Amino acid sequence: MAERRLLLLGLVLLAASAAFLLWNLRGPVGFILTLRATKLAALLLVGLAVGVATVLFQTVAQNRLLTPGIVGFDALFVTLQTGLVLGLGGLGLAQLPALGRFAMEVLLLVLAAQALFGLLLRKGADDVIRMILTGVILGVMLRGVAGLMQRLLDPSEFSVVQQAVFASFGAVDRGLLLIAAGLLAMAMLAALRMASELDVAGLGRVPARTLGLDHDRVVRRSLALVSALVAVSTALVGPVTFLGLIAASLAHALMQTHRHAVLLPAAGLLGALFLVTGQFLFERVLGLQSTLAVLIEFFGGLLFLALILSRRRQ
Amino acid sequence: MIEIRNVSLSLRGSAILHDITAGLPQTGITALIGPNGAGKSSLLHLCAGLLRPSGGVIAVDGGDVTRMAHRDRARRIAVLTQAQALGSRLTVGDLVGFGRWPHHLGRPREADRQVVAEALALFDLETLSGRQVETLSGGQKARAFTAMAWAQSTPWLLLDEPLAALDPRFARDLMARLHAMSQTGPQARGVVIVVHDLNAAALWADHVVALRDGRLFADGPAAEVLTPATLGALFDTAFGTVDTPRGRLVYPA
Repeated sequence: MAERRLLLLGLVLLAASAAFLLWNLRGPVGFILTLRATKLAALLLVGLAVGVATVLFQTVAQNRLLTPGIVGFDALFVTLQTGLVLGLGGLGLAQLPALGRFAMEVLLLVLAAQALFGLLLRKGADDVIRMILTGVILGVMLRGVAGLMQRLLDPSEFSVVQQAVFASFGAVDRGLLLIAAGLLAMAMLAALRMASELDVAGLGRVPARTLGLDHDRVVRRSLALVSALVAVSTALVGPVTFLGLIAASLAHALMQTHRHAVLLPAAGLLGALFLVTGQFLFERVLGLQSTLAVLIEFFGGLLFLALILSRRRQ
Repeated sequence: MIEIRNVSLSLRGSAILHDITAGLPQTGITALIGPNGAGKSSLLHLCAGLLRPSGGVIAVDGGDVTRMAHRDRARRIAVLTQAQALGSRLTVGDLVGFGRWPHHLGRPREADRQVVAEALALFDLETLSGRQVETLSGGQKARAFTAMAWAQSTPWLLLDEPLAALDPRFARDLMARLHAMSQTGPQARGVVIVVHDLNAAALWADHVVALRDGRLFADGPAAEVLTPATLGALFDTAFGTVDTPRGRLVYPA
């Protein structure tokens, strides 16, 4: 049942990808195809990673509304970018080799994410309210710090920050994409291999422990994977964690199962589907008149509301 | 045999258990009784390896329970805790199926499905097996979680207040079933329960361990511990007895 829906989802994604590649293909075909294929690869990769990361995060946090973004990860990224521009200068940052900058950002983000999630979820989530509050307050504080630093920048450097903190799939470096693909694929495979343990962890800390699961170890590992997934995808294209909430909620609603062997790929496929269709509409229909983030939050938000309301009726 | 040797426990600075030494036999039902806050549940959690003693050792069938590998422990000891909350949306059948996880680690075989079917039948859950756990009543939920612990097929079954939410019929059925499975035989399981219903203990338990203020108060065969004198001192209130066709019952006078 759930497997069939998963297959169907895969086919829909395939169709969307094909449309993205081949729609209105004119002019120098080879050149345009390469350009589109690179962009498509980035969209698929980031969508998959964010979907998988959010399901992992929600399972160990025992909460279906939390995402790494909500507990402060995006704010962390903005602060980090602003700090980099302030510290190195817009020019200094631009002069860094792409790979070096990417590696540095990934490293800093992984470390910061580990610290953030560790602080919030060290022992599983026995106190969700405390965790959300801590995350939100940390987020506000980080945004405040970033805001202050942005006041100190001159306008041209400020525009460098502005570019960095909005997700963009327009100019992804192909070499970085390859490296990111390797890292993300490894992390996603590791998550899939833990699927059965995650099913048990999803029961809650006490039931999981009575069933012989080393719950604390599963939480630690999952958070390490979440950190890696969101850090790499954010360093690659900018903050996209808003996508995760939609992908994970929809995966739960569509698949109607507790099994992570289904939920993880479903959330990943949905994340990718959202990004690909969003970018398609954004480029071809809206003529680049908005940003992808706005589009996805708009349609995703509508979908999310519909889901919540329809569940209440049942 | 569960051997509790000089066990003490402190949680966040407050002392819960002091220097408890007792042996819980493999055959028969052991009932843990005592006033509220005596430390019964804590002792049960210690025996299940869910808590770590601050001092002393708990050995289950000769092995220190805190040193067992997680999976080995789950195949030796099943425990029903009082907190029956779930993080995921599950059907009753799925929940009971999780009892087999320590055996199959995510790849259920035919034998596992058989045990789950047996558990559902035994706890009268067959008609409920497709229902979401969160839509069940308290008593039905308690039966589903007990069935999950039973499906773990462990030599030890530890239950924290399994009767609290059950109606008289299911309470009696459960005690009768626990009694039957705890007697000698190749399938015999050691059963330890925390109960407040002293008459459930009087009718079905073979062995009683009484705790008070975190200390061992009495320990022995049920008939020797469940006397008006011992119970009166344990609960600070007078007790009487009455003989019925089912056996001798006790009541607070």
